[in-house]
Amino acid sequence: MSIATVFEVALAAVVLGLAIWTIAVPETYSATVGFVAYGLLVALIWVRLDAVDVALTEAAIGGGLGGVVLLGAAARLRDAEATAAERPDRFTRLIAAILSASIAAALGLAILILPDHAPTLAPVVAANAGATGMANPVTNVLMAFRGMDTMLEKVVLLLTVVGVWSLASDRAWGGRPGPHHEADPHGVLAFLARLLPPAGIVVGIYMLWTGADHPGGAFQGGAVLASMWLLAIMAGLADTPPVSSRWLRFILVAGPGLFLVVGLGGLCFGAAFLAYPVAFAKPLILGIEVAMVLTIAATLALLLAGAPERNA
Amino acid sequence: MLSPALETSAGGFLLVLSIVVPVAGVLLAFALGDRYVRLVAFTVVPVGSTIAAAVLLVLPQNDGHLAYLLGAWPPPLGVALRADGSSAVMLATTAIVICVVAVFAASDFRPASGNRRAPFAFWILLLAIWAALNTIFVGGDLFTLYVALELLTFAAVPLVSLEGRAETLQAALRYLLFALLGSILYLMGTALFYGLYGTLDIVLLSHRASAEPGALIAAALMTTGLLAKTALFPLHLWLPPAHAGAPAAASAILSGLVVKGSFFILLRLWFNVRPGMSGFAAAQFLAALGAGAIVVGSIVALRQERLKLLVAYSTLAQIGYLFLMFPLAFNASGQLESGQALAGGLLQTVSHATAKAAMFLAVGSIYAGFGHDRVTGIRGAARALPLSVMTFALAGFALMGVQPGGAALAKELLLQETARTGQWWWAGVLQVGGMFTAAYVVLVLAHALSPPDQPVALVAKPPRSSGLAALALALCSLLLGLLPWEPYLPITYAAESKLFGVEALVKLLVTVFGGAALAILLSPWPHPLAFSAAGKTIMHLIAPLRRTCIGLGSLVETGDGVLRQWSTASISLLLVALLLAALMFVAN
Repeated sequence: MSIATVFEVALAAVVLGLAIWTIAVPETYSATVGFVAYGLLVALIWVRLDAVDVALTEAAIGGGLGGVVLLGAAARLRDAEATAAERPDRFTRLIAAILSASIAAALGLAILILPDHAPTLAPVVAANAGATGMANPVTNVLMAFRGMDTMLEKVVLLLTVVGVWSLASDRAWGGRPGPHHEADPHGVLAFLARLLPPAGIVVGIYMLWTGADHPGGAFQGGAVLASMWLLAIMAGLADTPPVSSRWLRFILVAGPGLFLVVGLGGLCFGAAFLAYPVAFAKPLILGIEVAMVLTIAATLALLLAGAPERNA
Repeated sequence: MLSPALETSAGGFLLVLSIVVPVAGVLLAFALGDRYVRLVAFTVVPVGSTIAAAVLLVLPQNDGHLAYLLGAWPPPLGVALRADGSSAVMLATTAIVICVVAVFAASDFRPASGNRRAPFAFWILLLAIWAALNTIFVGGDLFTLYVALELLTFAAVPLVSLEGRAETLQAALRYLLFALLGSILYLMGTALFYGLYGTLDIVLLSHRASAEPGALIAAALMTTGLLAKTALFPLHLWLPPAHAGAPAAASAILSGLVVKGSFFILLRLWFNVRPGMSGFAAAQFLAALGAGAIVVGSIVALRQERLKLLVAYSTLAQIGYLFLMFPLAFNASGQLESGQALAGGLLQTVSHATAKAAMFLAVGSIYAGFGHDRVTGIRGAARALPLSVMTFALAGFALMGVQPGGAALAKELLLQETARTGQWWWAGVLQVGGMFTAAYVVLVLAHALSPPDQPVALVAKPPRSSGLAALALALCSLLLGLLPWEPYLPITYAAESKLFGVEALVKLLVTVFGGAALAILLSPWPHPLAFSAAGKTIMHLIAPLRRTCIGLGSLVETGDGVLRQWSTASISLLLVALLLAALMFVAN
């Protein structure tokens, strides 16, 4: 057994163990910690499967920003947990366990009997890379071949912002999201918030830029930028912008908006909706990605900040 | 039938526009800010409706289907948009309901100082729901449909909690969590399909997919996920509080349109992706769940004290009605056929979308007028709010199958199919379903039409335009049976001829009187009937029977309460998935 195989077996065992622990542990806080660790390890599995793009996204969303949301929720629920403990009885849990195990077995079976040489579109994607001038197949699929899905997903992101904002009280509408953070200006958080963002911003932009030919892209870059912004907000060095702010609204629609405009350009003057003229494909796609990275960073940060609660 | 052609057809760009126009509206409304959201919505609504009408016009000239290759990339590499007759019909229905709801909501959600939040969210979400539904109706790829489903869910959930009360927040969260469970199941199935066949294009899949174990498991998972989102009994824990807690205009959209989105994807999966794989047993199972929904939903509806909850539970029952077409659509060789049964089911979908939306709008006006919506407290409503009561009555007639409503035609088509396939038991369920619908319509009308003890003092007078819009929608539903459906739906033999005549009248009377009897026997509230001398004698005579029925009803209500707990509902979800998979395995 090679070292790599040993590593893989150990990784799989730890991931499974963490998954079971996350489900079994009664405290929300511990379960959250387990889930965040689980997300990071799953990202490692994606790396082992050579799906670096997925790994980056999983680490950024599943482990990183998702973890922050869950930890915040767990902290808020801590007081209510004792009263809200409506644990189903033993019989119900037994049935649920048996049924879940059966579903898991069926899924396992379905995956084991997948054809060994899975039918894949990867060669076709690679063969058509010339149409966009970019080498990263994931970017090509997201931005060209399945551009409609990507654009609509960005609209979904926008809707989540609308959903979170709609939870505000009528009085606070238009105000700044989330609580005002006061941190010790000489504390470790403020120190990190001064130290990390310069490097983090460069990394985020690099991820976007390199996404054209290597793993990376707007979503991963946007997640990094969002976390840098959040760090500054939590350290009290920056404040969330009021939700009525015109430039904020503009940034939040910039990504899907530019995507839509370029798509309509294709419909009016080109071959089809979302078809890029070969000569301009790369600059057009990069332009959309630049707008998208800003949109994604702002969206993710605002989702974490929550509903408007303070007047500007 | 979806077009097998892998090229863009003339007029295919209309499909793109049907998605892009509402999406552009969402983005513009968000960017322009609170003051202009309603204006943007009112600009987009007529444009979007024109596009839907254009699709209706262009489709018959293209042999009944349209296709568009996005980015000019042919599937499987790219994504195709495709429309057939059912897409065109659903696009048009959605446009009509959205138009009416927009008119109805114009005054409720006027952006005014001090009240900017709810209008901002409402108009953006309304347009987003439109975009999502149109994507579902013309999407030709299972993953595009997943994205549309997510768009739909994230647009629908915040509508539930627009009023911001604690119980509506809880309802919204319930809806969100259960709907996401459904999404995950659907996504898992999609991934399995890609792993098996290397494409998610519906037409390509229909050529490649066969009844192998992986595909059956994928189909069972996807079906279960879609059932959870459609709220088919017993996966309905989220529906009553969500549909009853939202503002009237939002309830109309949620109940009339949103549940139809996941239902439409289910039709695509069963009828287009894998017509030969589902198996008769699984279809019987779906219809049996539908029958359960009709019985439980109707009985619990009759026991509701609040009008909005009554209408929400009636939605539950009507969703069950939609699933009765599955076992009726099999042809002699065991394939699901896009024939008359599907046409009947789609007609039922359309008439429910219009009638139920109108009903929720009417109930919303009654709520606004009286300041409450207790069924027993709306005596005199017919005089105080004639428009709303009339809307409720017409929508109710359309739903219970009064000629020439869409539901009447749909029922006639489905009854013919039960006779053709020899499945008499579903004919019984169809008749009982109509009777139950009549029961709660009669119950509400009996209260609304009876004279009040003291003059009714309205809290607020709903604007006339809102009332007229809702009335128009109810009328539309009641006249659906007269429209020429042949270019769009496969209605092969003349069902319309049976819509009028003595036989139809007898059927109608049986339905109405059966419904009235059910209402008297099953509703625990004091009947307006009991105030007259003759009524008192009748009530006295049937008292023992009524007590038994009410006891039974309360038992059903308790059962429904158990089914709507998280633990029971989750177990039901797993059980449905396993049973579906098992039944599909047995059939193949």
